[in-house]
Amino acid sequence: MLKQIEGSRAVAETVAMCRPEVICAYPITPQTHIVEALGAMVKKGDLAAEFINVESEFAAMSVAIGASASGARAYTATASQGLLYMCEAVHNAAGLGLPVVMTVANRAIGAPINIWNDHSDAMSQRDAGWIQLYAQTSQEALDLHIQAFRIAEELSNPVMVCMDGFLLTHASERADIPAQAQVDAFVPPYQPRQVLDPSDPVSIGAMVGPEAFTEVRYLAHARMREALELIPQVAARFTADFCRESGGLVRPYRTEDADLIVVGLGSVLGTVEDAVDELRDTGMRVGVLGITTYRPFPARAIAEALSGCGRLVVLERALSPGTGGMVSADIRMALPAGPAMHTVIAGLGGRAVTRKSLRAMLTQAAAGALGPLTFLDLDAGLAGRELARMRDARRSGPSAENMLRDLGISASRIG
Amino acid sequence: MPYEQIKFYQVGSFAAGNRLLDPEQRSVQSGSERSNTLTCGHRACQGCGEALGARYALDAVMRATKGKMIAVNATGCLEVFSTPFPETSWQIPWLHSLFGNAPAVATGVAAAMRAKGRTDVRVVGQGGDGGTVDIGMACLSGMFERDDDVLYICYDNQAYMNTGVQRSGATPPAARTATTPAVGDEPGNAFGQGKNVPLIAMAHEIPYVATATVADLRDLEYKAARAMDFHGARYLHILVPCPLGWGSAPGDTIKVARLATESGLFPVFEAEAGTVTGVSPIRRRVPVTDYLRTQSRYAHLFHPAERTKVIARIQAAADRNITRFGLMKDQTNDPERTGVTHSGPAGSDPAEGS
Amino acid sequence: MFQVRFHGRGGQGVVTAAELLAVAAFTEGRHAQAFPSFGSERMGAPVMSFCRIADTAIRTREPVTDPDALIIQDPTLLHQADIFGGFRGAGPPGRPSAGLRCDGYLLINSAKPVADLGLGEYVRAFRRERLLVVPATQLGLTHLGRPLPGAALLGGFAALTGVVSLASVEAAIRDRFTGAVAEGNVAAARAAFDFVTDERKALTDA
Repeated sequence: MLKQIEGSRAVAETVAMCRPEVICAYPITPQTHIVEALGAMVKKGDLAAEFINVESEFAAMSVAIGASASGARAYTATASQGLLYMCEAVHNAAGLGLPVVMTVANRAIGAPINIWNDHSDAMSQRDAGWIQLYAQTSQEALDLHIQAFRIAEELSNPVMVCMDGFLLTHASERADIPAQAQVDAFVPPYQPRQVLDPSDPVSIGAMVGPEAFTEVRYLAHARMREALELIPQVAARFTADFCRESGGLVRPYRTEDADLIVVGLGSVLGTVEDAVDELRDTGMRVGVLGITTYRPFPARAIAEALSGCGRLVVLERALSPGTGGMVSADIRMALPAGPAMHTVIAGLGGRAVTRKSLRAMLTQAAAGALGPLTFLDLDAGLAGRELARMRDARRSGPSAENMLRDLGISASRIG
Repeated sequence: MPYEQIKFYQVGSFAAGNRLLDPEQRSVQSGSERSNTLTCGHRACQGCGEALGARYALDAVMRATKGKMIAVNATGCLEVFSTPFPETSWQIPWLHSLFGNAPAVATGVAAAMRAKGRTDVRVVGQGGDGGTVDIGMACLSGMFERDDDVLYICYDNQAYMNTGVQRSGATPPAARTATTPAVGDEPGNAFGQGKNVPLIAMAHEIPYVATATVADLRDLEYKAARAMDFHGARYLHILVPCPLGWGSAPGDTIKVARLATESGLFPVFEAEAGTVTGVSPIRRRVPVTDYLRTQSRYAHLFHPAERTKVIARIQAAADRNITRFGLMKDQTNDPERTGVTHSGPAGSDPAEGS
Repeated sequence: MFQVRFHGRGGQGVVTAAELLAVAAFTEGRHAQAFPSFGSERMGAPVMSFCRIADTAIRTREPVTDPDALIIQDPTLLHQADIFGGFRGAGPPGRPSAGLRCDGYLLINSAKPVADLGLGEYVRAFRRERLLVVPATQLGLTHLGRPLPGAALLGGFAALTGVVSLASVEAAIRDRFTGAVAEGNVAAARAAFDFVTDERKALTDA
């Protein structure tokens, strides 16, 4: 049913329809509306599930691990600092091969503390062995959860569905909420590969030494390779059942004849597509490649999509300090002899990515005037003044406070 | 625990031979049908108190639950020595996740059982003092606060043994560990406030809290089974000497545990909803030195010279426990009080023996 | 595409107003996007919310920097220089105009007439019949018993721009609220609609 609905609410209603048996979550901005909605559904009796109010994100993922290992469909959600706090358990779930599904409402990681959207949280866990799917719209966010439960349980591998904090979680837009029967047909009851059952006891989580550790890790790698095959199949099946495109590995837009292609993840792709249409109207042959499945990294699909173009701009919503971008590195690995690549770090900590800035940057790129690494809309003066302060005095003070005062945001010094 | 008066002839301990008891009074361990939940072949050290405690406790739980239990284990000695790849000593469904999350994982297992309508399956979370008292404290407290239906068992050997005997929040004052070495002006662990997890559990007012040791098998079995009479959060804290870490003789594990209780250093009691409901009185009180001398982790208190002030502080702590928990009900040998019946030749009376 | 920006203070229902406007557009079969200028929740702090309405899918997600309509829920924010940033009229004195045409809509929650708001020079840049006030807080108090201006402002917006109909605004209100609260909001919206309609008529007839 078509609704005008807040993204978090759409996800909560859809997750509920996937019939999770144990929901365990700790509140953190901007994921709160999702877990609050699910909690209310359970309390009212609209959703038959155990809803556990845990004392930390570490506990949240741990409860999910216990539940999943016991044969229950487990779900949790977090963001930013919470994802980091549960990091040990995130790796544990993947290592044990438990099909937990988790929503990550992408938010920047501190310090400095920042509640706004970027991808640094999910990026920090890209090697944990979880499948990572990035939603472009609220519609895709809810669709990906339906696909996620199916993918996770088929492979016995956890899946995180990334949706941009605030931009998708707190925005109201049109979405088609599926019917329960449709979801039931798509997500069958969970049949675990391994389960804690007194009638058939197994030990799960044994120590594995050098003699077998590599092989166990190789199995995780094999699962991810299998995911590259399974994800497009699930997406195709989804299109057949729900009559819309959602999920899959990559999503190209006007790339067929493009000289310049912008690569990105998440909701920023909408703004990018608008900017690209505007540039196309001026005659520039530019296109967009959205990466929907970031882990496993769909190297072959990306290489195919980018094969014709002469220049790439990779729009990164996270930063590896001193190095640049993470997605750029993955793309370079997929296309070692490929086109000229420009990394553009954009929208860190929720700074708006505007069509105007994108157009200007892409125009520069098309003219060959863009360097290998750029920070979109960087206030070079602000940063430069703090660097100067640091050069001038050893006790220069906390940089963030200095810069905020420079911007006139902090209160003036007292006395 | 409830007391029964029986005849016994055994010298040197207060243990009663099971053949002297009616079958229904015999310990779980004495029966051939016991589960052997933690079966043989594990890699524990000779004389490991934790291996003993785990088997005692879990076999009792298995009997109480008719074999329907799932265990979640924290990282630590028990987890490591029981599951050396590719073997496992566990005869029950068993899950090891991380060091600090066993209580939370157990909560998840319990939630899954509820979700599936399997109210017959009970859940035990277990770990050493490290995984319980320190790194697992947040998850443990969360489990208590929610009153999740989990029995959590802490096997307390008073240090991080598996990683090489480093100090934990449960390490007693003056004890030598790898990170509180017996060097300098104040050798051994500092005198801090300690972290009394049974009291913390009682402060949460959870349905059942108890302490026990491997010296009193029947008491431990009783408490493990009693815990399963309740639903909600339950906590069992078992003192398990570690010959390696404590520097005691492997054959002395049970004796050392008994000396811990008889000196007053380790009070044995039960509590329900935050109130103590029963204590195991000290039958034959010993000075703390009798206990301390059995372990080389306290050797520096005696050699080269006796550190009388430190020993006095330890004794004072034991005295406080005795007063606080009423461990010496009175000084008589009244059988009603001590549960000891004298029978047979005078020479067999352990109160006068050894 | 029609873009609206709301200005108000935390606790005044700025976010709800944008969401209701989006639902109103949705009931007319149009695409709509509504979102707040995200920040830590705090009562009384200046907040903005945005609403885009279009006949095709809305893809961009940047804040609205070139609104077709501005709705000022709290008149104490009127003299903040940034309020008129990007407005399709003349910018504040001394700032370049962000747009070429001065045909944007401006709806201000105030019981005072426009002339008394101290906008001075600025007023001359707009088409007079597109710069209107409505006593939305008072209407909220009258019909809801609470000084919440959102529903009235939406009713006024419908009258001012015709981008959504009053019926759609009412449908959106009833979708979100029930009982007396819904009816109170609907009454406030209607009263504001009439007020603004009369105000416009007076200006265009004059």
